Amino acid sequence: MKTKQVLQGNIIVAKAALAAGCNFFAGYPITPSSEIAQYMSREMPKMGRQFIQMEDEIASLGACIGASLSGKKVMTATSGPGFSLMQEHLGMAVMAEIPLVIVDVMRGGPSTGMPTKPSQADLMQARWGTHGDHPIIALYPAFAKEIFCETVRAFNLSEKFWNPVILLLDEVLGKAHENIEIPEPEELDIYKAEKTVIKDLNIYDRSIGENPPRVDFFQGYPIHIDGLEHDAHGWPTTDSKIVDKMQRLRMQKIYHYQDEIIKYNEYYMDDAEVMLFSFGVSARSSLAAVQLARENGIKAGLFQTLTIWPFPERALRERFKRIKKILTVELNMGQMKYEIERIADDSINKESLNRANGVPFTPKEVLEAIEELLK
Amino acid sequence: MRNYERYIRYRTFPTPWCPGCGDGIILKAIATAFAELNIDPDDIVVVAGIGCSGRMPTYFNTNTLHTTHGRALTFATGIKLARPDKTVVVISGDGDALAIGGNHLIHAARRNIGIKMILINNGVYGMTGGQVSPLTPQKFFTETTPYGNIEPKFDVVNLLMASGVSFVARETVNRMLQLKNVIKQSFQHNGFSVVEAISNCHINLGRKNKMKSPLTMTKWIDSKTITKKKFEELPPDERKGKYPVGILKQDTERLEYTDLYYKYIVPAAQAAASRGGK
Repeated sequence: MKTKQVLQGNIIVAKAALAAGCNFFAGYPITPSSEIAQYMSREMPKMGRQFIQMEDEIASLGACIGASLSGKKVMTATSGPGFSLMQEHLGMAVMAEIPLVIVDVMRGGPSTGMPTKPSQADLMQARWGTHGDHPIIALYPAFAKEIFCETVRAFNLSEKFWNPVILLLDEVLGKAHENIEIPEPEELDIYKAEKTVIKDLNIYDRSIGENPPRVDFFQGYPIHIDGLEHDAHGWPTTDSKIVDKMQRLRMQKIYHYQDEIIKYNEYYMDDAEVMLFSFGVSARSSLAAVQLARENGIKAGLFQTLTIWPFPERALRERFKRIKKILTVELNMGQMKYEIERIADDSINKESLNRANGVPFTPKEVLEAIEELLK
Repeated sequence: MRNYERYIRYRTFPTPWCPGCGDGIILKAIATAFAELNIDPDDIVVVAGIGCSGRMPTYFNTNTLHTTHGRALTFATGIKLARPDKTVVVISGDGDALAIGGNHLIHAARRNIGIKMILINNGVYGMTGGQVSPLTPQKFFTETTPYGNIEPKFDVVNLLMASGVSFVARETVNRMLQLKNVIKQSFQHNGFSVVEAISNCHINLGRKNKMKSPLTMTKWIDSKTITKKKFEELPPDERKGKYPVGILKQDTERLEYTDLYYKYIVPAAQAAASRGGK
């Protein structure tokens, strides 16, 4: 029988990762994510799985890539400064198409910033932090149950699309203890990658939009993996035709399947006249604000996205046909509001509520912003 | 087909190395060591970072991984911990291993994780066109030390000794047979091993320092190196500027990292679990 437990958000991530089959973790201590590494160091050896604390975050992600190529399901957890260091190897994982999960429990930045205060300011770092054009998936849960389910989904998506997946979490949600009913193993939908037996080195050979197969080291046929731009065999190349194809293959494997990757929740949206767009802890303030607004007779609704990247563009464009007042609520100096501005035309009244002082919005503050927008 | 050719991926030739470069000798020495130990090519992974040395894995017919600058050891650590039964080889250059990757090097030595590292020391950043490295001798001219190098270089062997390395050897490309032999012995060592392979970069280092042919440069390498036995016989005041070659440390007592993990950590954790510990 399922029992309700009181668990810290970081521990929910760790439990979900183990349930998803994560069997290798490399990390480096950093506030406010350290509980994830601590839990893994205690639990993984019990299951015969591997945990290692590396010398820095660059090394952590390097070890994760090495283990992933050796057939492991891998994860690391960090916060803003560590995530900055990981960008080098995030790019390597994108280029070589290596599945892995990076948890970024966001704190106030830039630089050392405010290690013990929340911020939602790594959203663009998650999208564009590593150099060069690249596809990325970033998930962003807001409630305890979502933290569990999105962690599992992060593994599924990384395995399916052969791409790193970033799980964003707010400092307050990582640290807070909340009620949660952990799903039973049989309730979980765990993606099992088909292991491809290869007879040649053309491991990247596929057509645009096609899901890549999963190939690891030590499968009977030695393969080559490279961070240099490469052809279907993994050999380094600068041939413009091949490079063009490889760039498009990598981008398309995500954007071709974006309807499957993008997930969002809608609250009170059926008759909404004003729409709040939010995520993470700000979505929780926003939901409470929408309920307050409804009590005051304001027809407000909330679009809470669980997938930050790829951006839920199509779904939002659909809502913009009917709803002409949009309020973006985010704990930063303005990041997602520009995505909204990019896709919403001039007929739409776009406002945003932004701050980055380490204090989450109260429902009342969000309500005041709604009232301001309606003036 | 000669024995070592089983480990060479000819279809990726030619290599990017300049004519007369010592890297080809090192490539053959490593492949020959594989052949003499008769390791299945699919049980080997060769990992490298960036630079002339970084391109070497491409030419091995084993699993190969070309990674980021200085970080090959981190990838190799993940592979070795995930698959301790496999032969994990890292090839690195002096800029790669001691400048950008210096931190990873000392930590791998401290952990004693069973990675086999071949550290190619040509005393310069070759791939980028000849800039000063942490192993460029003092007073040498490079593209970024146009008035001479004022920085002293690391002594790799002493640095590794201080980091607790369990196997370290030094050889040169002039001594292919001895180089192959120490590489082979390092592959048989259970723990982290480093073979410093001194090589010639006459194009990007020699040319600016009156050693523009491979021959003058390899002769200079010979003048600087001396066997371990002869080195030890020298009076201390004559040792300065000479580098002993051969196996300089081999500690077979120290336990290897993944052995410790699977023999100590996993059973301890499982015992805690059966006691009902959290």
